[in-house]
Amino acid sequence: MATKQIGDVILDVKNISLSFGGVKALTDISFNVREHEVRAIIGPNGAGKSSMLNCVNGVYRPQQGAITFKGQTFSHMDSHQVATMGIGRTFQNLALFKGMSVIDNIMTGRNLRIKSNLFWQALRIGPAQREEEMHREFVEHIIDFLEIQAFRKTPVGQLPYGLQKRVDLGRALAMEPQLLLLDEPMAGMNVEEKQDMSRFVLDVNEEFGTTIVLIEHDMGVVMDISDRVVVLDYGKKIGDGTPDEVRGNEEVISAYLGTGH
Amino acid sequence: MAFFLETLLGGLMAGMLYSLVALGFVLIYKASGVFNFAQGAMVLFAALAMARFSEWIGVWLGGDQLLLANLIAFVLAGMAMFVVAWLIEYLVLRHLVNQEGATLLMATLGIAYFLEGLGQTIFGGSIYKIDIGMPKDPVFWLESVFPGGILINKEDLYAAVIAAVLVAALSVFFQKTSTGRALRAVADDHQAAQSIGIPLNRIWVIVWCVAGVVALVAGMIWGSKLGVQFSLATVALRALPVVILGGLTSVPGAIIGGLIIGVGEKLSEVFLGPYVGGGIEIWFAYVLALGFLLIRPQGLFGEKIIDRV
Repeated sequence: MATKQIGDVILDVKNISLSFGGVKALTDISFNVREHEVRAIIGPNGAGKSSMLNCVNGVYRPQQGAITFKGQTFSHMDSHQVATMGIGRTFQNLALFKGMSVIDNIMTGRNLRIKSNLFWQALRIGPAQREEEMHREFVEHIIDFLEIQAFRKTPVGQLPYGLQKRVDLGRALAMEPQLLLLDEPMAGMNVEEKQDMSRFVLDVNEEFGTTIVLIEHDMGVVMDISDRVVVLDYGKKIGDGTPDEVRGNEEVISAYLGTGH
Repeated sequence: MAFFLETLLGGLMAGMLYSLVALGFVLIYKASGVFNFAQGAMVLFAALAMARFSEWIGVWLGGDQLLLANLIAFVLAGMAMFVVAWLIEYLVLRHLVNQEGATLLMATLGIAYFLEGLGQTIFGGSIYKIDIGMPKDPVFWLESVFPGGILINKEDLYAAVIAAVLVAALSVFFQKTSTGRALRAVADDHQAAQSIGIPLNRIWVIVWCVAGVVALVAGMIWGSKLGVQFSLATVALRALPVVILGGLTSVPGAIIGGLIIGVGEKLSEVFLGPYVGGGIEIWFAYVLALGFLLIRPQGLFGEKIIDRV
């Protein structure tokens, strides 16, 4: 295995606070993500993991704090603008386009990269035809990579859960994102499916050099595949470091195991 | 036999017009997953705009430039529909992203009443006529095969051709272009579509704009046949069974549904009517739609609804 080069900070999250009405979801969270690393955000249910991800993705607007991606700082950003900057994501509860086939779902991920105009696309001539073929080829590559060749024409609604999760990942990969946010990629999976997914995540990280931020509450999986881990509990950051450092952290242990009273 | 064919053709042509209105419903449903109650109001608004613009421009240009006046009026009415689409997105839809389908449905109901009022405030509430120079005289076909031939209304024939071209163009747009793919994606899941960089707001303006142009063509043709008046808004009601029959998500479904209902209405009126005392044309479509709801709720061509529980 080639040793990967962890680069400079690509995503910097500073003092983020988010509340819904009177409920504080996140309090003063700061952490950073370096290029090419696998960064995990863990914590018990309701710790604010998904809220954190949704802030980075532009779904929620934090009341305080700033997020810097590739030197650009933003606090008010639409999801689609975030996507334009090169941040892709998958969803905890699948959000695939159910009526569309696997290949069409993944093709939608190429949307930002299709340049030829509508008129030529409709007529299927000239550069538009070549461009469509090029994107199609890229999508086929992703399909091979995720080992879902057999299902390329199947409407995703008919696929089993584990495979739908792969299509979700494939759609995000089709964007060629620099930063990929994975929201509980292994939730609800059996052991075998979890192993497959872990392998895909590591392969994406190594082959495409994609920086990955993933949320998980399964400690075991996370410790195996991530370079650094942030631990949240009740919307506060209680730990940050390598898996070994985090494992030894008193606060983390008590958050997960409960404190004796 | 000649009479049967005549009835059949008459039905097909009337059906083409239903299809055109139904198409507006399908477009918006496909792109936002919402059943647009305002489609009828959009037809009325577009037809009113077309009628008055061509009237005003006709006066301004002098009496004999009918074609030019109509062309300019069509472009202006198209632009008016674009403004309407943009305003609907900016004032209403933008604030309802990621909301329940029912919320969006209620919003379109509000838009319908507002547009009906606005159209009549700007353009007036009387009966107007659209004269796009369609030939009114009937022609006879197949005179060598049947004695007397088959009587066809030339106006209907033109209308059917226009509708067919529009439908073909829209099918290609939806199936073959990346914008079409983005539209289908948006219909399925707003949040996911945004996460891969599809600009929801722009997509909605595009689709309401296209639906506006479809409403304009429908309004123009219906208006030139029946005159432009408030009752045009209820034309949409007649397209309702069409979309139920064809499936809310299918462009070809809207067409074929329209044709089936057009033909069914005419044939049942002529051949069944005498036995039940006539008037079948009024309720035939609704009864057919009711039957379909019981047996095949997704329609003939609609996407089968698959839910995991």
